[in-house]
Amino acid sequence: MADPMKIRATLKGDTADVRVLMGHPMETGQRKGPDGKLVPKHFIQEVTVRLNGKTVMEGQISQAVSRNPVFSFRVKGAKAGDKIEVSWLDNKGGTNKTETAIA
Amino acid sequence: MRVSGSSALLAAALALAAGPAAAQSQFEKYQKMVAEGSPVELFELVGEDLWKKKQGPKNASLEACDLGEGPGVLKGAYAHLPRYFRDVDRVMDLETRMLHCMMTLQGRSRDEATKRLFGNADKPSEMEYLSAYVAGRSRGQALAPGRSHPKEQASYELGKKLYFVRTGLWDFSCASCHGEEGKRIRMSELPVLYKPEAARPLMATWPAYRVSNSTFKTMQWRLNNCFSQMRTPEPVFGSEVVNALNMFLTVTAAGEPYRGPGTKR
Repeated sequence: MADPMKIRATLKGDTADVRVLMGHPMETGQRKGPDGKLVPKHFIQEVTVRLNGKTVMEGQISQAVSRNPVFSFRVKGAKAGDKIEVSWLDNKGGTNKTETAIA
Repeated sequence: MRVSGSSALLAAALALAAGPAAAQSQFEKYQKMVAEGSPVELFELVGEDLWKKKQGPKNASLEACDLGEGPGVLKGAYAHLPRYFRDVDRVMDLETRMLHCMMTLQGRSRDEATKRLFGNADKPSEMEYLSAYVAGRSRGQALAPGRSHPKEQASYELGKKLYFVRTGLWDFSCASCHGEEGKRIRMSELPVLYKPEAARPLMATWPAYRVSNSTFKTMQWRLNNCFSQMRTPEPVFGSEVVNALNMFLTVTAAGEPYRGPGTKR
Protein backbone atom coordinates (compact mmCIF):
# COMPACT_ATOMS: atom_id res chain seq x y z
CA MET A 1 0.00 0.00 0.00
CA ALA A 2 1.50 3.28 -1.08
CA ASP A 3 1.66 5.81 1.71
CA PRO A 4 -1.25 8.19 1.26
CA MET A 5 -1.26 11.97 0.99
CA LYS A 6 -3.82 14.45 2.17
CA ILE A 7 -4.30 18.03 1.04
CA ARG A 8 -6.51 20.91 2.10
CA ALA A 9 -6.69 24.35 0.45
CA THR A 10 -8.86 27.12 1.85
CA LEU A 11 -9.22 30.59 0.43
CA LYS A 12 -8.85 33.66 2.65
CA GLY A 13 -9.24 36.81 0.59
CA ASP A 14 -6.94 36.42 -2.42
CA THR A 15 -4.65 34.01 -0.63
CA ALA A 16 -5.07 30.27 -0.43
CA ASP A 17 -3.91 28.49 2.70
CA VAL A 18 -2.64 25.08 1.65
CA ARG A 19 -1.82 22.27 4.03
CA VAL A 20 -0.46 19.01 2.74
CA LEU A 21 0.38 15.86 4.62
CA MET A 22 2.64 13.23 3.07
CA GLY A 23 3.04 9.70 4.30
CA HIS A 24 6.72 8.82 4.02
CA PRO A 25 9.22 6.97 6.25
CA MET A 26 11.90 9.71 5.79
CA GLU A 27 14.79 7.42 6.79
CA THR A 28 17.96 9.36 7.47
CA GLY A 29 20.33 6.49 6.79
CA GLN A 30 21.71 6.82 10.30
CA ARG A 31 19.23 4.67 12.19
CA LYS A 32 19.91 1.00 12.89
CA GLY A 33 17.19 -1.57 12.31
CA PRO A 34 16.39 -4.57 14.53
CA ASP A 35 19.11 -6.54 12.70
CA GLY A 36 21.75 -4.02 13.84
CA LYS A 37 22.38 -2.81 10.31
CA LEU A 38 21.86 0.73 9.14
CA VAL A 39 18.46 1.36 7.58
CA PRO A 40 19.16 2.73 4.09
CA LYS A 41 18.45 6.36 3.34
CA HIS A 42 14.98 6.91 2.05
CA PHE A 43 13.65 10.44 2.04
CA ILE A 44 11.78 12.97 -0.05
CA GLN A 45 14.13 15.20 -2.01
CA GLU A 46 11.85 17.35 -4.08
CA VAL A 47 8.44 18.82 -3.47
CA THR A 48 6.69 20.52 -6.37
CA VAL A 49 3.56 22.65 -6.17
CA ARG A 50 1.52 23.37 -9.28
CA LEU A 51 -1.31 25.85 -9.63
CA ASN A 52 -3.56 24.93 -12.57
CA GLY A 53 -0.70 22.91 -14.05
CA LYS A 54 1.88 25.67 -13.75
CA THR A 55 4.76 25.14 -11.33
CA VAL A 56 4.66 27.78 -8.63
CA MET A 57 7.07 26.31 -6.13
CA GLU A 58 9.85 23.77 -6.01
CA GLY A 59 11.29 22.76 -2.71
CA GLN A 60 14.36 20.71 -1.95
CA ILE A 61 14.18 18.95 1.37
CA SER A 62 16.35 16.40 3.10
CA GLN A 63 16.68 13.81 5.87
CA ALA A 64 16.24 16.58 8.44
CA VAL A 65 12.47 16.49 7.90
CA SER A 66 10.44 14.16 10.11
CA ARG A 67 8.52 11.05 9.18
CA ASN A 68 5.10 11.80 7.65
CA PRO A 69 5.87 15.46 6.96
CA VAL A 70 3.33 18.26 6.88
CA PHE A 71 3.85 21.39 4.83
CA SER A 72 1.72 24.45 4.82
CA PHE A 73 2.15 27.47 2.63
CA ARG A 74 0.13 30.30 1.12
CA VAL A 75 -0.56 30.93 -2.54
CA LYS A 76 -1.22 34.55 -3.43
CA GLY A 77 -3.66 35.44 -6.18
CA ALA A 78 -5.48 32.12 -6.00
CA LYS A 79 -9.17 31.88 -6.86
CA ALA A 80 -11.84 29.47 -5.71
CA GLY A 81 -11.84 26.39 -7.93
CA ASP A 82 -8.15 26.68 -8.88
CA LYS A 83 -6.38 23.33 -8.90
CA ILE A 84 -3.47 22.87 -6.53
CA GLU A 85 -1.27 19.85 -7.12
CA VAL A 86 1.52 18.77 -4.81
CA SER A 87 3.95 16.04 -5.79
CA TRP A 88 7.10 14.64 -4.31
CA LEU A 89 10.09 12.67 -5.50
CA ASP A 90 12.30 10.69 -3.14
CA ASN A 91 15.90 9.56 -3.38
CA LYS A 92 14.87 6.10 -4.58
CA GLY A 93 12.89 7.55 -7.47
CA GLY A 94 9.56 6.97 -5.72
CA THR A 95 6.91 9.55 -6.31
CA ASN A 96 3.37 10.43 -5.35
CA LYS A 97 1.02 13.32 -5.90
CA THR A 98 -2.32 14.66 -4.82
CA GLU A 99 -4.49 17.52 -5.94
CA THR A 100 -7.45 19.51 -4.78
CA ALA A 101 -9.59 22.43 -5.84
CA ILE A 102 -9.24 25.53 -3.70
CA ALA A 103 -12.40 26.06 -1.68
CA MET B 1 19.56 45.57 52.58
CA ARG B 2 17.18 43.54 54.64
CA VAL B 3 14.26 44.66 52.49
CA SER B 4 15.95 43.84 49.21
CA GLY B 5 17.15 40.54 50.66
CA SER B 6 13.69 39.41 51.60
CA SER B 7 12.23 40.60 48.32
CA ALA B 8 14.90 38.63 46.48
CA LEU B 9 13.93 35.59 48.52
CA LEU B 10 10.30 36.23 47.77
CA ALA B 11 11.09 36.53 44.06
CA ALA B 12 13.00 33.27 44.19
CA ALA B 13 10.10 31.58 45.96
CA LEU B 14 7.70 32.92 43.35
CA ALA B 15 9.94 31.72 40.54
CA LEU B 16 10.05 28.27 42.11
CA ALA B 17 6.30 28.21 42.49
CA ALA B 18 5.87 29.34 38.89
CA GLY B 19 8.36 26.74 37.63
CA PRO B 20 6.15 23.71 36.99
CA ALA B 21 3.25 25.88 35.81
CA ALA B 22 5.44 27.72 33.32
CA ALA B 23 6.89 24.42 32.11
CA GLN B 24 3.34 23.20 31.68
CA SER B 25 2.37 26.07 29.42
CA GLN B 26 5.49 25.48 27.30
CA PHE B 27 4.42 21.87 27.07
CA GLU B 28 0.91 22.93 26.07
CA LYS B 29 2.43 25.10 23.33
CA TYR B 30 4.40 22.13 22.14
CA GLN B 31 1.26 19.96 22.16
CA LYS B 32 -0.57 22.53 20.08
CA MET B 33 2.23 22.69 17.52
CA VAL B 34 2.37 18.92 17.36
CA ALA B 35 -1.40 18.64 16.84
CA GLU B 36 -1.25 21.00 13.87
CA GLY B 37 1.15 18.70 12.07
CA SER B 38 -0.51 15.46 13.08
CA PRO B 39 -0.48 12.68 10.50
CA VAL B 40 -3.58 11.10 12.04
CA GLU B 41 -5.48 11.65 8.79
CA LEU B 42 -3.04 9.41 6.95
CA PHE B 43 -3.89 6.59 9.35
CA GLU B 44 -7.58 7.23 8.76
CA LEU B 45 -7.09 6.93 5.00
CA VAL B 46 -5.31 3.59 5.24
CA GLY B 47 -7.89 2.47 7.80
CA GLU B 48 -10.69 3.20 5.36
CA ASP B 49 -9.01 1.01 2.72
CA LEU B 50 -8.60 -1.81 5.24
CA TRP B 51 -12.22 -1.47 6.39
CA LYS B 52 -13.37 -1.99 2.81
CA LYS B 53 -10.81 -4.63 1.92
CA LYS B 54 -12.15 -8.13 1.35
CA GLN B 55 -10.12 -10.65 3.33
CA GLY B 56 -10.26 -13.77 5.50
CA PRO B 57 -11.68 -17.20 4.65
CA LYS B 58 -15.05 -15.63 3.84
CA ASN B 59 -13.43 -13.01 1.59
CA ALA B 60 -15.54 -10.29 3.15
CA SER B 61 -14.90 -6.70 4.15
CA LEU B 62 -15.84 -5.16 7.49
CA GLU B 63 -18.37 -2.86 5.84
CA ALA B 64 -21.29 -4.85 7.26
CA CYS B 65 -19.84 -4.71 10.79
CA ASP B 66 -22.39 -3.50 13.32
CA LEU B 67 -20.65 -1.20 15.80
CA GLY B 68 -23.91 -0.56 17.59
CA GLU B 69 -25.52 1.96 15.27
CA GLY B 70 -26.52 -0.71 12.74
CA PRO B 71 -24.52 -2.69 10.15
CA GLY B 72 -22.05 -0.43 8.37
CA VAL B 73 -22.98 2.73 10.26
CA LEU B 74 -19.79 4.45 11.36
CA LYS B 75 -20.94 7.98 12.05
CA GLY B 76 -21.05 8.43 15.80
CA ALA B 77 -20.42 4.73 16.44
CA TYR B 78 -17.20 5.23 18.39
CA ALA B 79 -18.74 7.94 20.60
CA HIS B 80 -21.39 5.45 21.72
CA LEU B 81 -18.96 2.70 22.72
CA PRO B 82 -18.43 0.71 24.85
CA ARG B 83 -21.97 -0.63 24.86
CA TYR B 84 -23.96 -3.84 25.28
CA PHE B 85 -24.39 -6.02 22.19
CA ARG B 86 -27.35 -8.35 22.17
CA ASP B 87 -25.82 -10.79 19.65
CA VAL B 88 -22.94 -11.65 21.98
CA ASP B 89 -24.70 -10.80 25.26
CA ARG B 90 -21.81 -8.71 26.55
CA VAL B 91 -20.31 -5.23 26.64
CA MET B 92 -17.76 -4.49 23.94
CA ASP B 93 -15.50 -1.56 23.15
CA LEU B 94 -14.33 -0.62 19.66
CA GLU B 95 -11.42 -3.01 19.33
CA THR B 96 -13.25 -5.93 20.93
CA ARG B 97 -16.16 -5.39 18.54
CA MET B 98 -13.91 -5.11 15.49
CA LEU B 99 -12.21 -8.36 16.47
CA HIS B 100 -15.67 -9.90 16.76
CA CYS B 101 -16.51 -8.70 13.22
CA MET B 102 -13.23 -10.06 11.85
CA MET B 103 -14.05 -13.45 13.32
CA THR B 104 -17.72 -13.55 12.32
CA LEU B 105 -17.90 -11.61 9.03
CA GLN B 106 -14.48 -12.47 7.67
CA GLY B 107 -14.28 -15.93 9.24
CA ARG B 108 -10.83 -15.32 10.67
CA SER B 109 -9.58 -17.20 13.72
CA ARG B 110 -8.94 -15.30 16.93
CA ASP B 111 -5.29 -16.36 16.80
CA GLU B 112 -4.81 -15.01 13.30
CA ALA B 113 -6.70 -11.76 13.89
CA THR B 114 -4.86 -10.99 17.13
CA LYS B 115 -1.41 -12.09 15.99
CA ARG B 116 -0.16 -8.56 15.51
CA LEU B 117 -2.40 -6.19 17.41
CA PHE B 118 0.12 -3.47 17.98
CA GLY B 119 2.54 -2.36 15.32
CA ASN B 120 5.53 -0.08 15.11
CA ALA B 121 6.51 3.02 13.16
CA ASP B 122 7.62 1.04 10.12
CA LYS B 123 4.58 -1.16 10.02
CA PRO B 124 1.49 -0.11 11.96
CA SER B 125 -1.06 -2.83 12.74
CA GLU B 126 -4.44 -3.38 11.14
CA MET B 127 -6.17 -2.67 14.46
CA GLU B 128 -4.38 0.70 14.71
CA TYR B 129 -5.38 1.80 11.21
CA LEU B 130 -8.96 0.64 11.71
CA SER B 131 -9.25 2.36 15.11
CA ALA B 132 -8.08 5.63 13.57
CA TYR B 133 -10.63 5.36 10.77
CA VAL B 134 -13.63 4.43 12.90
CA ALA B 135 -12.85 6.84 15.76
CA GLY B 136 -12.41 9.67 13.26
CA ARG B 137 -16.00 9.19 12.10
CA SER B 138 -17.19 10.32 15.53
CA ARG B 139 -15.50 13.71 15.58
CA GLY B 140 -17.77 16.30 17.13
CA GLN B 141 -20.13 13.71 18.66
CA ALA B 142 -20.61 13.75 22.41
CA LEU B 143 -19.24 10.69 24.19
CA ALA B 144 -22.27 8.67 25.25
CA PRO B 145 -21.40 5.06 26.12
CA GLY B 146 -24.20 2.62 26.91
CA ARG B 147 -25.49 3.06 30.45
CA SER B 148 -28.98 1.62 30.51
CA HIS B 149 -28.55 -2.17 30.19
CA PRO B 150 -27.77 -4.02 33.43
CA LYS B 151 -24.61 -5.47 31.86
CA GLU B 152 -23.46 -1.97 30.93
CA GLN B 153 -24.01 -0.87 34.51
CA ALA B 154 -22.22 -3.96 35.81
CA SER B 155 -19.30 -3.23 33.48
CA TYR B 156 -19.08 0.33 34.80
CA GLU B 157 -19.16 -0.87 38.41
CA LEU B 158 -16.47 -3.45 37.69
CA GLY B 159 -14.28 -0.86 35.99
CA LYS B 160 -14.69 1.52 38.91
CA LYS B 161 -13.68 -1.21 41.32
CA LEU B 162 -10.71 -2.27 39.20
CA TYR B 163 -9.42 1.30 39.10
CA PHE B 164 -8.74 1.07 42.83
CA VAL B 165 -7.66 -2.58 43.10
CA ARG B 166 -4.00 -2.90 44.04
CA THR B 167 -2.23 -5.74 42.33
CA GLY B 168 1.02 -7.06 40.92
CA LEU B 169 4.63 -6.98 42.02
CA TRP B 170 4.51 -3.37 43.17
CA ASP B 171 1.01 -3.51 44.64
CA PHE B 172 -0.14 -0.71 42.35
CA SER B 173 -3.63 0.28 41.31
CA CYS B 174 -4.60 2.74 38.59
CA ALA B 175 -5.19 5.20 41.41
CA SER B 176 -1.60 4.82 42.68
CA CYS B 177 -0.53 7.06 39.81
CA HIS B 178 -3.84 8.55 38.69
CA GLY B 179 -5.24 9.33 42.11
CA GLU B 180 -3.72 12.59 43.29
CA GLU B 181 -3.93 16.05 41.79
CA GLY B 182 -0.83 17.66 40.34
CA LYS B 183 1.30 14.54 39.86
CA ARG B 184 3.34 13.95 36.77
CA ILE B 185 5.96 11.62 35.32
CA ARG B 186 8.64 13.75 33.67
CA MET B 187 6.57 16.12 31.52
CA SER B 188 3.44 13.99 31.37
CA GLU B 189 0.60 14.95 33.65
CA LEU B 190 -1.09 12.15 35.55
CA PRO B 191 -4.77 13.03 35.38
CA VAL B 192 -7.06 11.84 38.18
CA LEU B 193 -9.26 9.84 35.87
CA TYR B 194 -12.20 9.17 38.17
CA LYS B 195 -12.91 12.90 38.01
CA PRO B 196 -14.90 14.00 34.96
CA GLU B 197 -12.84 17.16 34.41
CA ALA B 198 -9.74 14.99 34.00
CA ALA B 199 -11.32 12.09 32.10
CA ARG B 200 -13.11 14.32 29.59
CA PRO B 201 -10.14 15.80 27.70
CA LEU B 202 -8.36 12.45 27.80
CA MET B 203 -11.12 10.21 26.51
CA ALA B 204 -12.00 12.80 23.86
CA THR B 205 -8.56 12.38 22.27
CA TRP B 206 -7.84 8.63 22.43
CA PRO B 207 -6.91 6.63 20.34
CA ALA B 208 -3.98 8.84 19.40
CA TYR B 209 -0.85 9.32 17.37
CA ARG B 210 2.28 9.39 19.47
CA VAL B 211 4.83 11.80 18.03
CA SER B 212 7.90 10.58 19.91
CA ASN B 213 7.88 7.24 18.12
CA SER B 214 5.68 7.96 15.09
CA THR B 215 3.11 5.34 15.99
CA PHE B 216 -0.64 5.26 16.33
CA LYS B 217 -1.79 3.90 19.69
CA THR B 218 -5.15 2.29 20.40
CA MET B 219 -7.06 2.53 23.66
CA GLN B 220 -6.34 -1.11 24.50
CA TRP B 221 -2.66 -0.48 23.99
CA ARG B 222 -2.93 2.46 26.38
CA LEU B 223 -4.54 0.33 29.08
CA ASN B 224 -2.12 -2.54 28.49
CA ASN B 225 0.78 -0.15 28.83
CA CYS B 226 -0.51 1.02 32.21
CA PHE B 227 -0.66 -2.59 33.37
CA SER B 228 2.85 -3.31 32.21
CA GLN B 229 4.13 -0.18 33.96
CA MET B 230 2.45 -1.51 37.10
CA ARG B 231 4.43 -4.74 36.57
CA THR B 232 1.20 -6.64 36.14
CA PRO B 233 0.65 -9.20 33.38
CA GLU B 234 -1.14 -7.61 30.46
CA PRO B 235 -4.83 -8.45 30.28
CA VAL B 236 -6.18 -10.60 27.46
CA PHE B 237 -7.17 -8.57 24.41
CA GLY B 238 -10.84 -7.69 24.47
CA SER B 239 -11.30 -9.15 27.95
CA GLU B 240 -13.97 -8.10 30.40
CA VAL B 241 -11.36 -6.26 32.46
CA VAL B 242 -10.21 -4.02 29.62
CA ASN B 243 -13.76 -3.33 28.53
CA ALA B 244 -14.82 -2.51 32.09
CA LEU B 245 -11.99 -0.02 32.59
CA ASN B 246 -12.74 1.54 29.24
CA MET B 247 -16.41 1.73 30.19
CA PHE B 248 -15.63 3.34 33.54
CA LEU B 249 -13.38 5.96 31.94
CA THR B 250 -15.75 6.71 29.07
CA VAL B 251 -18.80 7.05 31.34
CA THR B 252 -16.77 9.39 33.55
CA ALA B 253 -15.98 11.45 30.46
CA ALA B 254 -19.52 11.27 29.05
CA GLY B 255 -20.85 14.37 27.37
CA GLU B 256 -17.50 15.57 26.06
CA PRO B 257 -17.46 16.05 22.29
CA TYR B 258 -15.02 13.62 20.69
CA ARG B 259 -12.03 15.44 19.19
CA GLY B 260 -9.74 12.57 18.29
CA PRO B 261 -7.87 10.71 17.14
CA GLY B 262 -5.52 12.94 19.09
CA THR B 263 -1.81 13.60 19.08
CA LYS B 264 0.32 12.88 22.10
CA ARG B 265 3.92 13.64 23.02
